[in-house]
Amino acid sequence: MKKHFIIPILLLISCLTAACAGSQSAAFVVAGSTSVQPYVEKLAEEYTFKYPEKVIDVQGGGSSAGIQAAESGTADIGMSSRNLRETEQHLWSIEIAKDGLAIIVNPENTVRNLTLEQLRGIYAGDYTNWSQVGGKDARIHITAREEGSGTRSAFEEMVMVDRRITARAIVQDSNGAVRQFVSDDPYSIGFISLGLVNVGERPVKALSIDGVAPTYGNVEEGYYKLFRSFLFVATEKPTGYSMDFIEYIRSPEGQKILKDEGLIPEFRIYSD
Amino acid sequence: MKLKENISKYIFLTLAFSSISALALITVFIIINGVPIIAEVGIINFIFGMSWAPSHGEYGIFPMIIGSVTVTLGAAVLGVPIGVCCAIFLTEFAPPTLSKLFRPAIQLLAGIPSVVYGFWGLLFIVPFIRNFFGGPGLSILAGSVILAIMVLPTVISITEVSILALPKQYREGALALGMTHWQTIRSVILPSAKSGIVAAVILGIGRAIGETMAVIMVLGNAVAVPESILDPVRTLTTNIGIEMGYASGTHRQALFATGIVLFIIIMVLNATAQYITRKKK
Repeated sequence: MKKHFIIPILLLISCLTAACAGSQSAAFVVAGSTSVQPYVEKLAEEYTFKYPEKVIDVQGGGSSAGIQAAESGTADIGMSSRNLRETEQHLWSIEIAKDGLAIIVNPENTVRNLTLEQLRGIYAGDYTNWSQVGGKDARIHITAREEGSGTRSAFEEMVMVDRRITARAIVQDSNGAVRQFVSDDPYSIGFISLGLVNVGERPVKALSIDGVAPTYGNVEEGYYKLFRSFLFVATEKPTGYSMDFIEYIRSPEGQKILKDEGLIPEFRIYSD
Repeated sequence: MKLKENISKYIFLTLAFSSISALALITVFIIINGVPIIAEVGIINFIFGMSWAPSHGEYGIFPMIIGSVTVTLGAAVLGVPIGVCCAIFLTEFAPPTLSKLFRPAIQLLAGIPSVVYGFWGLLFIVPFIRNFFGGPGLSILAGSVILAIMVLPTVISITEVSILALPKQYREGALALGMTHWQTIRSVILPSAKSGIVAAVILGIGRAIGETMAVIMVLGNAVAVPESILDPVRTLTTNIGIEMGYASGTHRQALFATGIVLFIIIMVLNATAQYITRKKK
């Protein structure tokens, strides 16, 4: 009889303890854009290596989720790869770097350059065949990111302006998935973070836009027009750990890491 | 003694209740979160709307309903004949040694995580379709092939059980009348097991329509009504899966509303399957 009694008690206790055991670590949380995440992970790694007592928890979730998390206090810092919307203007934000947006195609594709209008036309669905923009006679397989993605909204702002990305576009949910698909499909086109063009097993080709190649120098000098800001967002100017980390990113050492990873370090505080 | 009995009874009751309350919580949660946006957009506009563009305030899920239906139908067309024939083979023709090998293998098929199916599909089925049929490869066809394989265990095991449950006399009577083995299967076994087979198909379809992870990787997720089976398409489940990470505000509500539609479809399918099997008895 004793046995019958013990099992449910144990079950109940395990349920209760599982519910009570909250995570009580001293880490501070940086969450948001999956475009910014890999770079901040790299920075956090180096930072923690230098200051082992400070633990940084870097999480993804997307720009909107990151801004929300910062606003609600779930995260100490939110990462965003899009500009703050009107309803989010009351938040404190700092630009940590600029990132070029690369338009990528399969290396087999003969097209090397597109004008901004051609690119817009392709994504709006006006041009559906590569021969219409100087390539082979083959259907264009347009690849875009999902609704809500910071990379997608950056692309919409810079390229589409008042047009819309066609509903026929294939939708992938990460830079990596877009890159993977474009490297496989000879007739595809996609847009990803410039820093990620050369990261991967199989090559993709980044197109020139209006005759300007998407090189580091061209983005830095402002010749290549497709670039966006990576932001850190918080409810108010951070103090303590968070500010130390931001200061670390601003230091020559942090800047070098960003630069080595293919970003353009830049610091502009939008509101204090 | 009485006290102990009672205490353990209530502990079990509490734990049993918690599993039911999980269902209630989920149901209430998705309804509370999803209904406001349906009310705002209008149920007709929501279900029959052709444009899904949350950033422009457009929430029409009709392309995804078409997506779910076509991919699932494709899976049924490919998977059901194979599944039913496999079940007939196992119950009627297979020597015991072979069926001993077959059954665990089919169960193993059910145990493979869906993400593994998706990954395999992305690296094997998608390039195959692109190279041999054209188009981007990410397509209804790719999703249907993956789902057809995934519904096999459901279709096979339920069909098999319903054939095995038939009274021995049916078969013996048929053979006594001089029917051949094939005639017995065709005109006695299959018609008698019909309701079980239909239930197997419906439950298989329910499994296919609810699958997310595997198809998110191979469907291409375009929000347009497809023109051919080689076009990319988005289903109701993948719509939630692909956009939930970034969704906020009304966009998130719209994803919950997508969940409500899916919930209703699956409940109707399950209820139909139950009705058919009960009617038999």
